Amino acid sequence: MTHAVLDLDPGAPRATPPALGKPKPKTVILYRTKVWVRIWHWINALSLFFLLVSGLQIFNAHPSLYWGQAASFDHPILAMRAFPNPPGSAEPLRGVTFVAGHPFRTTGLLGASSYHGHVMSRGFPSWLTIPGNRDLANGRRWHFFFAWMFAVNGALYFAYLIVGRHLKRDLWPSLAELQQIPRSILDHILFKHPHGEEAARFNILQKLAYLVVLLGLLPLMILTGLTMSPGMDAAFPILPWAFGGRQSARTLHFICAWSLVGFFAIHIFQVFAAGAVNEMRSIITGRFAITLPPDDATSTGEGRPS
Amino acid sequence: MSGFSVDRRAVARTLAGLGAATLSACDKLAGSPPVKKAIYSAEVITRRVQRLILSPGQLAPEFKPSDISPAFRANGSVAVDDPAYKNNLANGFKDWRLEVGGLVNKPLSLSLDDLRGRPGRTQITRHDCVEGWSCIGQWTGAKLGPILKEAGLKPAVKFIVFYCADVIDPGAGAHYYESIGLADAFHPQTILAYAMNGQPLTEPHGAPIRLRVERQLGYKQAKYIMRIAAVDSLKPINGGKGGYWEDSTGYEWYGGI
Repeated sequence: MTHAVLDLDPGAPRATPPALGKPKPKTVILYRTKVWVRIWHWINALSLFFLLVSGLQIFNAHPSLYWGQAASFDHPILAMRAFPNPPGSAEPLRGVTFVAGHPFRTTGLLGASSYHGHVMSRGFPSWLTIPGNRDLANGRRWHFFFAWMFAVNGALYFAYLIVGRHLKRDLWPSLAELQQIPRSILDHILFKHPHGEEAARFNILQKLAYLVVLLGLLPLMILTGLTMSPGMDAAFPILPWAFGGRQSARTLHFICAWSLVGFFAIHIFQVFAAGAVNEMRSIITGRFAITLPPDDATSTGEGRPS
Repeated sequence: MSGFSVDRRAVARTLAGLGAATLSACDKLAGSPPVKKAIYSAEVITRRVQRLILSPGQLAPEFKPSDISPAFRANGSVAVDDPAYKNNLANGFKDWRLEVGGLVNKPLSLSLDDLRGRPGRTQITRHDCVEGWSCIGQWTGAKLGPILKEAGLKPAVKFIVFYCADVIDPGAGAHYYESIGLADAFHPQTILAYAMNGQPLTEPHGAPIRLRVERQLGYKQAKYIMRIAAVDSLKPINGGKGGYWEDSTGYEWYGGI
């Protein structure tokens, strides 16, 4: 609608020189992503990476999930185990993952996998954990270090969301946008990418995805993580109450973590689908190129009709 | 079926190659002393912030008798391989004495009956293992605070150390030990538990007494306690980090998270 949401890069409003003869589309570079958002994004990416791999290390200390306050050891929701194979088998151990009691053979990936050439009993494989060997103590050290980085970074970002009006300006959907959801789903399925200035703004599905992550998954990660702390449960008994217990919180923490991995996969896919160079430039330098049709070039208030 | 499993392994191997390259670089990074120092500094922030948030008398959540775990897992040492301990266990610890010493005005030597006669507390609490699981149990024991008051702590005292009878790794030979700060030592739920679920403590759970310090993780709940010492510093004791796992693997001394 209004173009006020787009801050034109004051230093470099680049328009391609008007071509002679046939009018050509114009490329305009906009300053799209503010520096605070970019810094937040990269600190977030770094801390979430280390939180994931150290979190899987911690999970490996007891690769089972339960519901409630206490562990019902015989009835896990999810369990990764190793069983010895009969003598003479190719592998000494087989990995089995139980989902609600149903066994799945997951040798090599979950339950049993090789580390330095030896097949060992371990939940997630060594290449998904930090440190690579089984080391709960250091897994916890890394996890809590990056948890602090993630939380402080997140708190500053939330302040910016509100105070800097980033939430209202760029993320909060309008009623009109909500009505476009079906069309947007169709556009996504057909790989129809928006052009012109529309490409510089978040589309409705993108807004909803970011909101689910920002206001849903990320706060849930922190809260379910805190619920696993006996000290925090003493300070805030509402935490274990809200999540149905420490073991439930641990299960939810695990589910949210893999949901974030799912978000990450789609996020990266979309970066490539929408143009990796342009998207990466935008999140690193803030500058994002859009293409305007030649007769539409006035709409930025910058160019002259060609 | 086998074709599928070969493909899956090939995919896993490719991912493994990529992952291993990144994470072995991380492992190298993790091994460097300045990185380790920075990473380990998070414990100080966690401890200070939790101290700020947790008021001294704030209790850990307590539960109903119906919440008690049917099978409370025993972890760490589940037996003590020592003839003197076995003798004590066989005769109900009637000749056993808990020594309370260190920087105190009046060292104490307490029998199990002495402890049963001291101000006590029964609580149903959740035991949170550092590995991630939890069990709920009922603990009855003598409150640590009044015992320390009776012994009279000297002003320099900063930590209470618990020396245990068990040895986790016979190769290394060191006895288990743990330590806590004074805020937790005088917390109303901090007890020297001699009974669990209404029965005298069994060997797997730390007979004759184990520590319950309910706002911290399982490895802080020292079992088979033989001696308690009030000290001004943890540095001269064993590895200097205040506990067996703290010294040997790098667990945080503050087990509140």
